[in-house]
Amino acid sequence: MLLEVENVSLSFGGIQALKDVSFSVDEAELFSIIGPNGAGKTSMLNCISGRYTPDSGDIRFKGRSLSGLKPNHRPDLGIGRTFQNLALFDHMTVLDNILVGRHHLMKNNFLTGMAYWFGGAQHEELEHRRVVEDIIDFLEIQHIRNAVAGTLSYGLRKRVELARAVALRPHLVLLDEPMAGMNMEEKEDMARYVVDLNEEWGMTVVMIEHDMGVVMDISHRVMVLDFGAKVVDGLPDEVMANEHVKRAYLGADLGEAA
Amino acid sequence: MNWSLLVQLLANGLIVGMLYGVVAMCFVLIYKSTQVVNFAQGEFLVLGAWVCLWFITDMQMPFIVAFLFTLVFMTLFGIMIQVVILRPLIGEPVVSVIMVTIGLSIFLQALMNWIFGNSAERFPQVFETESVNVAGLNVESAYLMSLVMSVLIMGGFYLFFRFSKYGLAMRATAFNQQTAQSLGISVRQVFALAWAISAIVSGVAGIIIGMVNSVSSSLAIIGIKVFPAVILGGLDSIVGAVIGGIIIGLLENFAEFVDGQFLNWGNLFTIAPFYVLIIILMIKPYGLFGTKDIERI
Repeated sequence: MLLEVENVSLSFGGIQALKDVSFSVDEAELFSIIGPNGAGKTSMLNCISGRYTPDSGDIRFKGRSLSGLKPNHRPDLGIGRTFQNLALFDHMTVLDNILVGRHHLMKNNFLTGMAYWFGGAQHEELEHRRVVEDIIDFLEIQHIRNAVAGTLSYGLRKRVELARAVALRPHLVLLDEPMAGMNMEEKEDMARYVVDLNEEWGMTVVMIEHDMGVVMDISHRVMVLDFGAKVVDGLPDEVMANEHVKRAYLGADLGEAA
Repeated sequence: MNWSLLVQLLANGLIVGMLYGVVAMCFVLIYKSTQVVNFAQGEFLVLGAWVCLWFITDMQMPFIVAFLFTLVFMTLFGIMIQVVILRPLIGEPVVSVIMVTIGLSIFLQALMNWIFGNSAERFPQVFETESVNVAGLNVESAYLMSLVMSVLIMGGFYLFFRFSKYGLAMRATAFNQQTAQSLGISVRQVFALAWAISAIVSGVAGIIIGMVNSVSSSLAIIGIKVFPAVILGGLDSIVGAVIGGIIIGLLENFAEFVDGQFLNWGNLFTIAPFYVLIIILMIKPYGLFGTKDIERI
């Protein structure tokens, strides 16, 4: 198991955001978390990426417990993420945004960097830029590589944010609503990128998404959260068939009542 | 019209302005990466000057050694200030943080008066000749050194942001700390680094100014004079800070010339930069080089 979440609980004052949630994600899996608004999906993601510290329970990544590990050390282990509300560096170019993702992989410091042509810094930078170019190619954002991120359309910014997360070369990438607010065409593109990341680049994906069509289409397994507690997890078809899910999330009880 | 006086004053203005630019860069560096407006910037200068002087007179060190020791001291001082005083304030309202830096400024002033005394002290003679002749202009050696150091420091800043991964990391942190963290950047490291650099460079500027004038707590006024330079350039632009500094330096000296030759009002020297500041901000509210946030609807 790449990621194991064990009995994680989290509360903010009197509100219990997560109640005893356990699940695990296998290597190279595409795992989706769904649930109504306020179900604790993003809280779960924040626990994994280190923004929140669970009150109890344990999260293990590659068999190693993540508790007490600072958020900025988690990319070193191989965890990358995107945010629900875009968090690009708006004043930087697309290229610089993606290069920031390479920060934790850069070895040269200020002093060796000054000996740019001799100390290997040039070689290193070229290598990083090559990787970044690959990512730009893959996500088809060549035409905006020098554009200032803040000026781009919403769909493109989402794509640049994904590129930045991918630049970390994570084993596990956490995507918080990658398709929210997109039109059909953009959604299809994004779904394709996520599948390619998973299949061609071998990244394990944990994704929060509201578009049920996409989720059921591309996920290997799906977990449903409701009021902070896990309802069920399993294959997409199983989850769809679950009575509780229909009631809690798909609103089937209204249909039955009528 | 006294042309040679004008040229002399403008040359002085350029040199002093470069120094303002250097201090303004420190100010901008801290603001950009940690969102803190550092009102104690002027005290950093004075501290650097006093410590260097102390190394020279009390520890009997040659100037160069004292200078290097001062750099080390200022590095530790900058990191200490960040870790002890500002780290606990991360996430607190801006006003609280500003109050703390004002408090820090007052505290440092009092502390330095206590330790180093109230009276101004001169640096011992560092250069063999008091002044040199450059293209017919009489320039003090210390001013010349000031110019060279300013250019070196600016070059250093450029190299730092161009060649080091921390340059990009600082820009990223400045924009959004949580996102930067999610990308593997240690925000604590970046903050400590920003304060350390700012303290070092301020210390150097303090030493230079101390050599030109003399060392006393009144040097801290530079910290205030740098304000118009920073605002003029745009609070978050390093290049703007340099240009703002030069403009303020030139303006001051030009105002002195006009005042001395024609108006005889006295003190136009001190206030002219602020008048120009007001006019420029009326035309360009973000400063000459500040970033305008693009609002999308």
